[in-house]
Amino acid sequence: MTLQQAQAQIGRYAGRALVGAAGIFAVLWVIALADNAAYKDPKLFLTIGLNAISLAAIYFVVASGFTLIFGLMRIVNMAHGSFFLLGGYFAFHTATSGWGSWGLGILVAALGVAAIGLIQQQVFLRWNQGQDLRQALITIAISIILADQMLAHFGGTTKNLDWPPQLDFRVNFHVFGLIYPFTRIFVILCALAIGTMLFLWLRRTRTGMVIRAGVDDRAMVSALGINIQLVFAMTFMIGSALAAFGGVLGGTLGGLSPGVDNQFLLNSLIVVIIGGMGSLGGAAIGALLYGFVDAFSDIYLPQGYSNYSVLLTFGLLVFVLAVRPFGLFGRAA
Amino acid sequence: MRLRLTPSRIAVGVVLLVAVILCAIGPYIFSDFFVRSILTKTMWLGIAASSLIFLAGFAGMVSLGQAAIYSIAGFVMGNLVAADGGVDTALSPWVGVILGLLASTVIGLVFGAVAARSAGIYFLMITLAFSVLNFYFWGASTDLSGFGGINNIATPGLIGSAGRDPTRLFYVAFIVSILVYLFLRYLIRTPFGITLQGIRDEPTRMRALGYNVPLHRVLAFTIAAFIAGIAGILFIWQNANRIDPNSVNLSATIDVLVVAVVGGLFRVEGAWLGAFVYTVLETYSKNWDLINERFNTVIGAVFLVIVLLSPGGLLGIWDSVRGAARRLGRGAAPATEPGPAGGGGPGAT
Repeated sequence: MTLQQAQAQIGRYAGRALVGAAGIFAVLWVIALADNAAYKDPKLFLTIGLNAISLAAIYFVVASGFTLIFGLMRIVNMAHGSFFLLGGYFAFHTATSGWGSWGLGILVAALGVAAIGLIQQQVFLRWNQGQDLRQALITIAISIILADQMLAHFGGTTKNLDWPPQLDFRVNFHVFGLIYPFTRIFVILCALAIGTMLFLWLRRTRTGMVIRAGVDDRAMVSALGINIQLVFAMTFMIGSALAAFGGVLGGTLGGLSPGVDNQFLLNSLIVVIIGGMGSLGGAAIGALLYGFVDAFSDIYLPQGYSNYSVLLTFGLLVFVLAVRPFGLFGRAA
Repeated sequence: MRLRLTPSRIAVGVVLLVAVILCAIGPYIFSDFFVRSILTKTMWLGIAASSLIFLAGFAGMVSLGQAAIYSIAGFVMGNLVAADGGVDTALSPWVGVILGLLASTVIGLVFGAVAARSAGIYFLMITLAFSVLNFYFWGASTDLSGFGGINNIATPGLIGSAGRDPTRLFYVAFIVSILVYLFLRYLIRTPFGITLQGIRDEPTRMRALGYNVPLHRVLAFTIAAFIAGIAGILFIWQNANRIDPNSVNLSATIDVLVVAVVGGLFRVEGAWLGAFVYTVLETYSKNWDLINERFNTVIGAVFLVIVLLSPGGLLGIWDSVRGAARRLGRGAAPATEPGPAGGGGPGAT
């Protein structure tokens, strides 16, 4: 037994050392070793850095809804990507309808998708509580249906949401001649605002207290006379609305088309697998790590290898799982 | 283990026998189109789904990585033998088959070693992420495939051209299916298979009994990867000797799951039943006025109904109906469904 413990200990340290070495090498590579290394081309480095943070911002907004739902209810909502795309389409049709606007689009998307999330939770998931795999299968079925119906109603061509003109300008940072679109900074600000609000909501309000208690012990919370079903419904609505909001931001930055739903389901999965399911801080860290790997690998991989950037994302995932099977901030279920 | 002959077992046995006989004489009674597009596809999709049923039903690991694994076998073979696209090597097709299977098995072992440490819902998510990343990898790697895929992959002489004469490919797929079925049926009765089922139900207790739980999980995943690899090879030959990333995208990943769940997660033969139902629906529903293009909505709805009402899939409908009738008769006593899809999986809280 002691030998096994020692082996496990060595294995763990070896894993950590390997991860640490890989991380240090990646940072060194970007700063000093690559052809377009940061010390040679600081402007590029700063631009890519801001790109990475704004990418991480969208990943965080979408994944925070995913992780919120999982944390409280142990439901893996495989329809989260569909909610993302649906929110984007709602906003697009509101914004282009003549009387609508981008801001109104956000409202319609959030409310509409929250309603659909509520229906999904009440009709299909509520009576399967505690059967997490079955619930995942149910949401997969719903995502298949939603994806097909969206294709039928919104078509297969890419739809581009336009930023409101007030936001659409460039900021001159006066640092290494860096000029950056304000819209991407706006996305970062949105993510910061949402992160702060979620944090305050979970840490400083009574509802947040109930949710945190529910994460630890659902049965005890409802035994104390709290209507946990109401909290479940509300959390599911907020989680879905966050997917929709992410859909509006992501759709405005990158366009909406069939397949984007899968992409953002994948993004949310990667973020929460890295960060740990159900942890808001984990989602933030996971989104940042993923955003940085994603944005930097496209630019800083040597010529001819940039096609393989997806392997780096996968490597990140494998490294984290090898050291912590339940993610950086995760706990075993 | 003595086999008790209950009416439902006899019924399943008879239906299975009739299905096997119908398949065996299939090329003589059905059209070439039916043999090529329905029966042969049923065989490889069934093999892919059977690897998932083995994992999900008997090891408690619901994997969404099976399509990725079979695509790896397919892409590796496509790159190694003569073909349009991919790396320009022209090994003998049989060498390609063997190396393709080897690649999928090795990737299964390596990825399994990482993923199998987690369980339940985490395992599902990790395999799903693996699957989608695999799709992007082949799409982005223009040297190996790119989104255009690999075309005109050389086949062994035994298969010939399935487009002209589908009979030979069908018989190969049919015989391989039977072998896979018998192998899995045998495997789940060996001490290894029984241990896996123990791990499915009580991982903590099995660990306390001294079993190496992660090792068993990794081995199960590796075996399933080998079987999925077989499906990948047959898939290419049935798919007009081509493979591209879009044929193994997230939908294809989910399709394998749908087939396995619709057929029934707790019986190996359910894989081919689910595959047959899926393929028939996919092929013919386009001609039905009500459905036309909306095949995915229909299959999604079928999937939803099966998951909600019959955790044992189509094969389990009889048990579900009987169980429901009995519950009604006794006045709604709480019933517990065994197995992962019905809750109680390793990730259930």
